[in-house]
Amino acid sequence: MSEVAQQRYYVPEAAKWPIVGSISLTMLLGGFSSYLNGSASGSTVAFLGLGLLVIMLFGWFGTVIRESESGMYQAWEDKSFRMGMSWFIFSEVMFFAAFFGALFYAREFSVPWLLGEGSGGSTHQYLWPNFTEIWPTNGPENLGESDFHMGWWPLPFINTVILLTSGLTLTWAHHAIKSQNRSQIIWGLILTVCLGYIFVFLQGVEYMEAYHEGMKLTSGIYGSTFFMLTGFHGMHVTLGAIMLTVMLIRTMRGHFTAENHFAFEAAAWYWHFVDVVWLGLFIFVYIL
Amino acid sequence: MNAQATDAHHDSDHDHHGPAPGLMRWVTTTNHKDIGTLYLWFSLIMFFIGGLMALVIRSELFQPGLQLVDPHFFNQMTTMHALVMIFGVVMPAFVGLANWMLPMMIGAPDMALPRMNNWSFWILPFGFAMMLSTLLMEGGGPAAGWTLYPPLSLQTGDAFPFLIFSIHLLGVSSIMGAINIVATIMNLRAPGMTFMKMPLFVWTWFITAYLLIAVMPVLAGAVTMLLTDKFFGTSFFDAAGGGDPVMFQHIFWFFGHPEVYILILPSFGLVSEIIPTFSRKRLFGYSSMVYATASIAFLSFIVWAHHMFTVGMPLAGEIFFMFTTMLIAVPTGVKVFNWVSTMWRGAMTFETPMLFALGFVVMFTIGGFSGLMLAMTPIDFQYHDTYFVVAHFHYVLVPGAIYGIIGGVYYWLPKWTGNMYSESLGKMHFWLSTIFVNVLFFPMHFVGLAGMPRRIPDYSVQFADFNQIATIGAFGFGFSQILLLVLVVKCIRGGEKATDQVWEGAEGLEWTVSSPAPYHTFSPQPVIK
Repeated sequence: MSEVAQQRYYVPEAAKWPIVGSISLTMLLGGFSSYLNGSASGSTVAFLGLGLLVIMLFGWFGTVIRESESGMYQAWEDKSFRMGMSWFIFSEVMFFAAFFGALFYAREFSVPWLLGEGSGGSTHQYLWPNFTEIWPTNGPENLGESDFHMGWWPLPFINTVILLTSGLTLTWAHHAIKSQNRSQIIWGLILTVCLGYIFVFLQGVEYMEAYHEGMKLTSGIYGSTFFMLTGFHGMHVTLGAIMLTVMLIRTMRGHFTAENHFAFEAAAWYWHFVDVVWLGLFIFVYIL
Repeated sequence: MNAQATDAHHDSDHDHHGPAPGLMRWVTTTNHKDIGTLYLWFSLIMFFIGGLMALVIRSELFQPGLQLVDPHFFNQMTTMHALVMIFGVVMPAFVGLANWMLPMMIGAPDMALPRMNNWSFWILPFGFAMMLSTLLMEGGGPAAGWTLYPPLSLQTGDAFPFLIFSIHLLGVSSIMGAINIVATIMNLRAPGMTFMKMPLFVWTWFITAYLLIAVMPVLAGAVTMLLTDKFFGTSFFDAAGGGDPVMFQHIFWFFGHPEVYILILPSFGLVSEIIPTFSRKRLFGYSSMVYATASIAFLSFIVWAHHMFTVGMPLAGEIFFMFTTMLIAVPTGVKVFNWVSTMWRGAMTFETPMLFALGFVVMFTIGGFSGLMLAMTPIDFQYHDTYFVVAHFHYVLVPGAIYGIIGGVYYWLPKWTGNMYSESLGKMHFWLSTIFVNVLFFPMHFVGLAGMPRRIPDYSVQFADFNQIATIGAFGFGFSQILLLVLVVKCIRGGEKATDQVWEGAEGLEWTVSSPAPYHTFSPQPVIK
């Protein structure tokens, strides 16, 4: 073991942003908790925490971007970032898996049992003998009293086309980065980001329609799974679109070379991930 | 990358060899050794806090009837004791050991993502401040058990949203820690350090990190559904809306069972480091140890419902989960066999780390066997929610996970501080702990089999003798841990100087650097032949 390898790994000096991140998250979540408990000052603390969180994100990412642009990262550091992002996306997949799991469980087990299948016979007979809805259902107590069902046509289908197209435009931008065609990168990103925001807007329109028809978050298990799954997905689309907007601004400022554009790829991976989650939603929430 | 930037980078490395002065060093540090130290001290402090909660429980149970605390507070203590010990003691201690040792064991200059490393630690004190503060809130702290089953957990008072969000914070911290460990192991191994040359502590942590990344988000999803059920009118766990309280249990234990292996696998690794050193032999069956660990991790995803055999599942489910659970005994048996075979005909000595490792092998196996009993569905119907279950999981967690951690601390303490600890104090710590831990937990098997239910502050008079013995054991075990604190502080302040290798039979990269280990190690990296 006497030989030594020549490469040096970049280990940054003192980091001041993490502690700011911890304080901001504590304010945000603690404030929101107090708000939920009915405290008057809770929401103020939460908003201050959110503001601090945004400052932290700007500061932290700004530092990393400056380091990257001054050439402090090489292929070795780049690989760590790639692994960090890919496993982060995997953890996000598992977060969605919990809600998909809830949807499948409700449809395969809890609702059939309430209808008297399997060991649910006595529940059905003694508690809710008149319950007959299969899916979608707002439960044996008819919570919210609306049996509105959000079909896959037309809005969700249009949204599917929009998201899939945005995946294509993003890939176009990615190819343009590799050939360093800057105007194509910019146009590809502008198209992608616009499609992303249109998607979020149309989801908003869809929510308004659902609420107008009386189908709400409180409408039993159908409303719960529908709004939680599509809601968390919409949040992720928004986040992805913000990431891509940042990439757009950085491209306009001349960042990213043909070899060195990890941040762009990370945002692109994230975008494709929300794309795939949407396909799952389209099939299991809207069609089936 | 141009030459100029390389030079500037090179110089800055030489300018800053030591830690920054002052308290802010600890707040802003990106050094894996500093962060490891922070994790380990945090874990030790939480160990005493969680231990005090356990003593409140045992004091109340010293006699039948209600003496010291009201039942609601008793329930808060059982809930918080578990949350503190799991998320505040065992997991941070493992991450702390990983931070200190993984880079040194694989010849890495630091952790792969040093700033994130700082953040994953510094979320913890805030998360626990939030969680512990709930004990002072209106309606008290969470009292529905650490498993947070609805509908009971939804009756928590003002503490509820703080509890949920503190769990989110702890989860974020664990996921970031795990991602960092995966990236470090995959990307920062020294040239020549192939996967099948990695020390077992590295291997077990590698697999544990994947478990963490896979299941902590599921817990986050589960508690988010609890939050929306309570505050936003969703019906995930409400049959009136078409949901099912049992659904929570499924989602929770899909997280929960891999979680209990997260709490033990790194200890397997620690024991697999210690036993070969003090047997002066190489680990028996290295590759089978790796495959056994991976098998246990895989099986952990398909056994979750054995925690809920009595909840009312279809027969096919009961049978499936019974057999998959019993299957885990096979790779675990491989491990125990390999540890014993490593010692066979070895030139063994019994320094404190080895004593804790041996205690681990014997007493973890006792916990493993009672687990095998619980795995059998018809038998579990008798034992479910009795003190037998409490005895089982405390055997695998205290003389299991915790003994692995304490053994690891003794093993590497000379490398961290540069000084040998007091061997006589260490041996006293081991023997007192081992006697009292059995006095504490062994009688719980008997009262459990006789039908004493858990999480109840009162009990029938025929259980009184064994409960009194257990309480004496609890205080004995608790106060014995003060020896650990004294020993660690003494070791930091001075003592016989440690050599670089520290232990005669020790092998591995961490023993090639000086004791105490320099602030930056392995930059540039060594080449492993």
